[in-house]
Amino acid sequence: MTTTPTAVGTSRDRRGVAGTVPATPAGRRRGRAPGASRWAAVGFAAPLLVYLVLFYAYPLWRNIDLSVHDYTIRAFVQGNAEFVGLEKYAEVFGSSVFGTALWNTAVFTLVSIAFQYAIGLALAVFFRSGFQLSAVLRGMFLVPWLLPLIVSASTWAWMLASDNGIVNSVLEAFGIGQINWLTSPDTALISVTIANIWLGIPFNLVILYSGLQNIPGDVYEAASLDGAGPWRQFWSVTFPLLRPVSAITLLLGLIYTLKVVDVIWIMTTGGPGNSSTTFAIWSYREAFGTGQPDFSPAAAVGNVLIVIALVFGFLYLQLQRRQEES
Amino acid sequence: MDHTTRRNVRLPLTAGFATVVVGLLGACSSGTDVGTDTETGDAAGGTYTWWDPYPQHDTSSDWASRVQACGEEAGVTIERTAYDTTALTNQALLSAQEGTSPDVILIDNPAVSTLADTGMLTTVDELGLDTAATDENLLAAGVVEGAAYGIPIGANTLSLYYNAEILSDAGVDPASITDWDSLTAALKAVTDAGHKGITFSGIGTEEGSFQFLPWFWGAGADLRDLDSPEAVAALELWKGWLDAGYAPNSVINNSQNTVWEEFLTGDFAFAENGTWQVNSAAEAEFETGIVQLPGRDGGGAPAPTGGEFIVAPVQEDTARYEVTRQIVECMTTPEGFVETANTFAYYIPPTAEGQEALLADNADLEPWVEAVRNAKGRTSDDLGTDYPLISEALWTAVQNALSGAQTPAEALATAQADAEAATS
Repeated sequence: MTTTPTAVGTSRDRRGVAGTVPATPAGRRRGRAPGASRWAAVGFAAPLLVYLVLFYAYPLWRNIDLSVHDYTIRAFVQGNAEFVGLEKYAEVFGSSVFGTALWNTAVFTLVSIAFQYAIGLALAVFFRSGFQLSAVLRGMFLVPWLLPLIVSASTWAWMLASDNGIVNSVLEAFGIGQINWLTSPDTALISVTIANIWLGIPFNLVILYSGLQNIPGDVYEAASLDGAGPWRQFWSVTFPLLRPVSAITLLLGLIYTLKVVDVIWIMTTGGPGNSSTTFAIWSYREAFGTGQPDFSPAAAVGNVLIVIALVFGFLYLQLQRRQEES
Repeated sequence: MDHTTRRNVRLPLTAGFATVVVGLLGACSSGTDVGTDTETGDAAGGTYTWWDPYPQHDTSSDWASRVQACGEEAGVTIERTAYDTTALTNQALLSAQEGTSPDVILIDNPAVSTLADTGMLTTVDELGLDTAATDENLLAAGVVEGAAYGIPIGANTLSLYYNAEILSDAGVDPASITDWDSLTAALKAVTDAGHKGITFSGIGTEEGSFQFLPWFWGAGADLRDLDSPEAVAALELWKGWLDAGYAPNSVINNSQNTVWEEFLTGDFAFAENGTWQVNSAAEAEFETGIVQLPGRDGGGAPAPTGGEFIVAPVQEDTARYEVTRQIVECMTTPEGFVETANTFAYYIPPTAEGQEALLADNADLEPWVEAVRNAKGRTSDDLGTDYPLISEALWTAVQNALSGAQTPAEALATAQADAEAATS
């Protein structure tokens, strides 16, 4: 029983153990009651179940619990928070920040993934031709993914600084005046979105590139025999055949972007004022950004985010089912 | 189908990246790996637990041996754990929830009323400590409804650092800066002479409020009344500097550290910063000096106090308080205060006796002692746990006004409405 499959990662490893069990012992212990092997299966699945409950179900339940109680810090320490039902949600929806945060979250997320996807796809198609050095160049595009976020976000903040940032000094060299990228309410959201697009391109590039590898070369051969140019090939062959990969890339990108805190927090802390505050930033600020932690509204905002992500997840499943049917 | 393929392609890639990233992170973190992570559960027998926000002082530091010495004097061993400032408040709350509070915590002064409000701290009377000698303005940050919940172990505050070379180049005498008008005139003079004026921190966090308060209070404004004409005047002063080009636009996102880095470039005539930069200022490549932050119509403006309080969380075993009291007293004797001040180089003792002893050692700190005597606790005026809420409204107003989203008057009116809603 100690010969587990080669370890890949904690969760996968456990799933591997649980998965292989029913097959091997069943062969060895032939003739025993089926109940025993089922118990064995449960036994082997138990670590995974415990893991799921401990690290997925409990935090989720705790988050809901926080949001329906009034957890002031006193209540947090003394453990006697008053049950307030949906009052905290009403507060969140009625807050003056809600509209701004909703709009900012929508703009930040949609613009980010639109550009990440378009640029990632363009680069993936570009690298598909496999010219010399393409592997090296493709590797270089992954750098944003390798850098710790604190490094890349600080670098962006430094480049976009109003008075001595490199971006403004280039703009000034061309006679365009100083733009207060991070300190003007008109441009703060654009600035963090640009930084986030840059961060997300490698993810899109890698997934879409591997998706492209799945499209057989003879389809392209046939297309070119039929007289399709590169543009036509892209729209009639690449794009439709890439649709399943595109869908999952966009979904993952959406969920990932919805919950971005670090980039925005490091660059603008959601400011100036609330002009770059998204739901994720709002939630973080309520809980950890001020001198007085306010866990209940923070959890309520967090739950709103989870629901939004869930809606898109179901939308994806629906699309996938329809695709399989057709 | 493509699901498995994608995983096959990604696995080796991600594994490769993971190795690199882990390597990078390791390289980054190896330098900052300090502090003494030890068990913080129930201290057994002769062991007392101690938390402080100074991870820069490791077990071999003077500070750590000083803490240890106080433990030995009381006949016990002290188990010291250092946290980052914000993490310390959260850890303290969590430990109180679990019933595993340490015996002694050194905590940032605005957090004292927050912790006291949860009922997790003992009062100084319960512990049997004497606070009569402590300066009232400094002790005030730890007083909630008449009861003191801790003793300041030292205080720091803000002043206006200046670059003496730029001032002499522009023909400005630092002694002439006594009120807002003379400061603005000095800024005009240095800007006209081709230098940069002043830098400060208007960031959307507590630091932003901390830096704005001297101007806010210096105008005569009150934190309960954020949209008073005095408050508007203070915000208009900052906004006016930005509009006139005396202060850079980047102040909106500047942390206090960034302010100091900007000042050290030697381009800026003035920077608003704290006692903790005294050593760095002495090492700067140009001659520096400080003037008191001026009030609107002259005189020194009250700056907010910074610095840590020594507090004792409630313990189930009340027999422990006796030793805890001895440890706290060891840290708060006049000699103890001076030693703390010298260890950190930026701590002004909170008692008159301690201040005299410090000045006998180092007379250059005179202006800072003066500034600390004028300083005012942020949670004073019985604001207590309302302060963080008011402060958030205030820094948001500063951000909105400086960035041009609202006029100072509009921004402060919104802030007052928000603060009233949050504290009611």
